[in-house]
Amino acid sequence: MLSSEEVERIAYLARLSLSEAEKVRYAQQLSAILDYAAQLSRVEVGDDVPPTSSVLSVHSVMRLEDTILPGLTREAALRNAPLADESYFVVQAALGDDD
Amino acid sequence: MTEHETDYEVVIGMETHIELDTASKMFCACSAQCFGAEPNTHVCPVCLGMPGALPVINRRAVEYAMMVGLALNCQIARFTFWERKSYWYPDLPKGYQISQYQYPLCYDGWIDVDVRDVASGTWQEHAERRRIRIRRAHLEEDTGKLTHIGNFSYVDYNRSGVPLLEIVTEPDLRSANEAYAYLSALQQIVRYLGVGTADMEKGAMRCEPNMSLRPKGSHELGVKVEIKNLNSLRAVRDAIAYEIERQTRILRSGGSIQQVTLGWDEARGVTYIQREKESAHDYRYFPEPDLPPLQVDEAWLAEVRARVPELALARQDRYRRDFGLSAYDAVVLTADRAVADWFEAVVAALPNGPGRAKAAANWVQSELFRVMKSRGIPNSAVHTLPVKPAQLAELIMMVERGVINHHTAKHVFEAMCDSGADPQCIVEERGLAQVSDAAALRDVVEAVVAAHPQQVQQVLAGQEKVFGFLVGQAMKATRGKGNAQMIHALLREAIERQRA
Repeated sequence: MLSSEEVERIAYLARLSLSEAEKVRYAQQLSAILDYAAQLSRVEVGDDVPPTSSVLSVHSVMRLEDTILPGLTREAALRNAPLADESYFVVQAALGDDD
Repeated sequence: MTEHETDYEVVIGMETHIELDTASKMFCACSAQCFGAEPNTHVCPVCLGMPGALPVINRRAVEYAMMVGLALNCQIARFTFWERKSYWYPDLPKGYQISQYQYPLCYDGWIDVDVRDVASGTWQEHAERRRIRIRRAHLEEDTGKLTHIGNFSYVDYNRSGVPLLEIVTEPDLRSANEAYAYLSALQQIVRYLGVGTADMEKGAMRCEPNMSLRPKGSHELGVKVEIKNLNSLRAVRDAIAYEIERQTRILRSGGSIQQVTLGWDEARGVTYIQREKESAHDYRYFPEPDLPPLQVDEAWLAEVRARVPELALARQDRYRRDFGLSAYDAVVLTADRAVADWFEAVVAALPNGPGRAKAAANWVQSELFRVMKSRGIPNSAVHTLPVKPAQLAELIMMVERGVINHHTAKHVFEAMCDSGADPQCIVEERGLAQVSDAAALRDVVEAVVAAHPQQVQQVLAGQEKVFGFLVGQAMKATRGKGNAQMIHALLREAIERQRA
């Protein structure tokens, strides 16, 4: 079972603020998810099977030509922003490196 | 320093970010050429991190990164994939940066650099060659740009998604000068390869040295500090030199160093502690599910390898060895690839080129540079001049064969730079061929001697400077076209005949 501190840490990384009741509930739910996924580690695969990095059967899919295509107009880009002026997205001052 | 004081040694590692100069961004087709553009005009759902938008790898960016890796003698990963580096900051619209972690595209390399003490007067001639190991160079995407005003931050995502190469050294640098030399070499390589401007003032190359001091002879590392927001090579050198001095003083007085991130105050020439975050980073890297892995096969690698030109340091060594040039000449001629290529084309067009390379080097460094400077043409754009290397080679040979003298050749070169005409045509059209007709020159010399009896007597009395004056008078009478050697000889004879 995840500890309350671990849940708080995970919530902080996602910038979520949880009530005490939610912390208890999520500790149970997150633990259940982790336990479910942990079944995988019980499978014996030997040492020469590298961890899976992709489940796709393709590789090296690239844009072969380095050409420019039009994107969004600035008006369209800013339209759904919670806060913006005519040129910029605007957010609460963010001075630190992390928060 | 008293005998009780310990000697300290600095250990420096360098993390450098370089923007790759592709047309479009790393994972979308927005223009990556966004310096100075109106904010948020080079954006699309991918680089704005909108839900459902899917990234696609820009092949050219991968190739540019491989070229840098090869130039840094790195191994190139045959298999690699992208990972999400999660952190929370508004310059990153997705909440994560697509980067490489477990398998960098390039790894285990090295670069040789010539470390020069630029404070010394003869810095070009004396260099210590040091090998700096490269731990890794991986490809990622640049972030947006924030401007903080009052309680708000203004975000411009034009730069978001520009291809970025992060190059990390082993902690092999041992002085501020070495750090400077390493970064200059790296910058020069990026420019030689044509994969970026590496312009620090514009943020196209950003360096973060980390450094620590330890007693000389010790093998343990001391407490590490990182220095940020350095926006010129000089700032990097000055900041490191300042920190070495500051930390040495603290350690000698029995104090200890704090592990912090420092900023550099360019105006005051001091470092300052940047606000520290309370929690350590927790990037939670995991494979990017939106991008398939990347495989580099031998054919592709060979194709990319073929695009890596001979670099500046190798050229310098070759010029000194094969052309007998000085270190100074070699450094100056290879500073820009365009100039080095131009110079080598002159040498290639000269009969017995290596034997005449010194003459070519002199022409490039004096006349070619003077013309470009006076016309405001940067060295990197030498090919935009109408004059071509083979024409300079021809001009050099005309001087050597005595068709024109050196003085005239300078004027002919200037005309070649204007019109791109061949030197022979200019000489013929303007009647500039050197006068080597002994009878004609003898007349000129006799006239000069007759017109300057007083100066002739001074020469006879041993005043050699005055001889130069008389040569000048004779040269002037030929409108600069006289064969200087012949004038010298004839004048000497004529003056001797005046000895009473």
